[in-house]
Amino acid sequence: MLKQIEGSHAVAEAVALCRPEVISAYPITPQTHIVETLSELVREGKIGSCQFLNVESEFGAMSAAIGASAAGARSYTASSSQGLLFMAEAVYNASGLGLPIVMTVGNRAIGAPINIWNDHSDSMALANAGWIQIHAESNQEAVDLHIQAFRLAEELSVPVMVCVDGFILTHAYERVDIPSQEDVDAYLPPFQPVQMLDPADPVSIGAMVGPEAFMEVRYLAHHKQLQALDVIPRLADEFAQRFGRKSGGLIETYRTDGAKTIVVALGSIVGTIKDLVDELREQGESVGAIKIGAFRPFPLAELRSALSGADRVVVVEKDLALGLGGIVASNVRMALRGATTLVYTVIAGLGGRPITKASLERTVMQASKDALEDPHFLDLNWDIVDAELARAKEKRRSGPIAENILRDIGLMGRKTG
Amino acid sequence: MTQRVKFYQTGTFTVGNRLLDAESRTVQATVERNNSLTSGHRACQGCGEALGARYAVDAAMRACNSQLLCVNATGCLEVFSTPYPESSWRVAWLHSLFGNAPAVASGVAAALRAKGRTETRVLAQGGDGGTVDIGMGCLSGMFERNDDVLYICYDNEAYMNTGVQRSGRTPPGARTSTTPAVGPHPGNVFGQGKHPAIIAMAHDIPYVATASVADLHDLEEKVTKAMSIGGARFIHVHVPCPLGWGSEPCNTMRLARLAVETGLFPLFEGEHGEVISTTPIRRRQPVEEYLKLQKRFRHVIGDPQALAAIQALADRNIRRFNLVRENAA
Repeated sequence: MLKQIEGSHAVAEAVALCRPEVISAYPITPQTHIVETLSELVREGKIGSCQFLNVESEFGAMSAAIGASAAGARSYTASSSQGLLFMAEAVYNASGLGLPIVMTVGNRAIGAPINIWNDHSDSMALANAGWIQIHAESNQEAVDLHIQAFRLAEELSVPVMVCVDGFILTHAYERVDIPSQEDVDAYLPPFQPVQMLDPADPVSIGAMVGPEAFMEVRYLAHHKQLQALDVIPRLADEFAQRFGRKSGGLIETYRTDGAKTIVVALGSIVGTIKDLVDELREQGESVGAIKIGAFRPFPLAELRSALSGADRVVVVEKDLALGLGGIVASNVRMALRGATTLVYTVIAGLGGRPITKASLERTVMQASKDALEDPHFLDLNWDIVDAELARAKEKRRSGPIAENILRDIGLMGRKTG
Repeated sequence: MTQRVKFYQTGTFTVGNRLLDAESRTVQATVERNNSLTSGHRACQGCGEALGARYAVDAAMRACNSQLLCVNATGCLEVFSTPYPESSWRVAWLHSLFGNAPAVASGVAAALRAKGRTETRVLAQGGDGGTVDIGMGCLSGMFERNDDVLYICYDNEAYMNTGVQRSGRTPPGARTSTTPAVGPHPGNVFGQGKHPAIIAMAHDIPYVATASVADLHDLEEKVTKAMSIGGARFIHVHVPCPLGWGSEPCNTMRLARLAVETGLFPLFEGEHGEVISTTPIRRRQPVEEYLKLQKRFRHVIGDPQALAAIQALADRNIRRFNLVRENAA
């Protein structure tokens, strides 16, 4: 059914259609609207006997999901940013135990300085935690990915993180097609756990494993990720057959035929990039785009093949590995190892800094002439940076950096970009 | 039987099943016991925690007709029971992390509610560190939501599994590997203390109790009673640790009993935030009798000021819980 609906409400409705049995949640912006909607649906009895747990922290939220999943219940939670870091120990534990929990991450920056707006620092920080990590480009895809996520998680007995850009998607009203319960039921069979707590068949779960077997256990967790490279496209195809639209998959190529410059990104910025590609193609530029749908497992082979005709790749990413540069770019370089393709890193949109089409166009055109520094910080205000560096050089007790910069700017909420 | 049999003649609470009719004997004394924590685990000789867990889990199993799911925090009990591929657990058992056992148990209980399996019950257990320190937030959340979980804390008063570091339950004066017996104030600080049963009662949950391996009948009875109640329940069990306390393994029961008889570990029950019963001390002992059997207090024995301070703590417990009573039987 077509609805004009907020992204968070759409995600909540999609989760509800998947018939979760336990939802645990702790509030954090911008995830709140998702769990608020779910709590209402549970109260209204619209998700069967589903239990909604208001827990005391994100660590508690993931821990409750672990307990519920181990007891054989389809389990869901959602978080963002600091919340995701606060639950980090349990995030690793869930995958280590092979529990098919689905979690929405409303992507948000990590502080300090505290910042509630969108970037990908949070999910990137936990990219290697053993969860499958898939990114939504639009609210429609966010809906569709959640339905695929439960199927994927339970088929492989591995947890899945569905990343949805905070505010840009979670708080945006868009037209979204919410599938019917009948179709979702046909696509997503009831949860059949691989292992569970059962008084009739008592097993010990979560034992200590020493050096004699730990390598093998970890390898098998990696192996599951490799299996997902096959399962993700298959489930996306099955989804397309039943629901009549393409969503998910490992990567999506956009006008890459003959493209000498290919822009790679993940999440909602891909929409802007596609518009840019259209404009540049009209101007006769040889530019295409690739959306990375699955960041974990990372589709090395698919990317390598899709990028094989390009002279250069421009990776636009909303994160920064301090002391290194781009995280996605590093992964893309691994896909291209041995190839001569140039990879440019564009660090953009940190803490909600707008990524405008104009800035992207300027940057991509510079890269297409191989005249872009790497990494490039999109729309970074160097005057502000230089002023703070000068202040720090002049005076030992120069004060807190963030507050100094805000004072320099002089106005809260000044127009950016 | 109109009057409860007491085991004065033996000087200990640990024997005496043979004096009782079959109905009144411990679960452990019956052939039907489940052996939930079965033999062959790797606990130290004289481990109070292994003993307490064995009695507690079997009593819980009997109380729910063996429809029990157990969640365990990281710690000695977890490590000595499951060095895979060995497992000493003959119950469905899940270990997740150090600080999250109460929240995991909440999730298990929620799953059972969702599935309508109300006959299956949830037991969570952990040591003092996993309960009163790193697990306190999750524990408080589980209490406040009144989730249907019985949480048992086996308190040996330090982080024994990692090598006897101080916990929030380490008593004042005690030497641990992070409160060494050196300097002008040797051993653990004389701080404010941290009483998980009282913290639990502050949540007004249906049932709270303290228990000791010194009185295993009482421990079993409290577990059985807790299992007859729905909602969040908490039992704090005092369990001596020969390794961490520097005591002889053969003194585990003696020390547990002395902790009770000095007043250092008061036994009481609470319901909905109020104390409903306390166990009177039959033969009051000075704290020195308890302390002198433990190397962790060796430096205290020659320090009258420290001894007096510890005695004052015991005296306060005795006043607070009315542990020494006229005609106390």
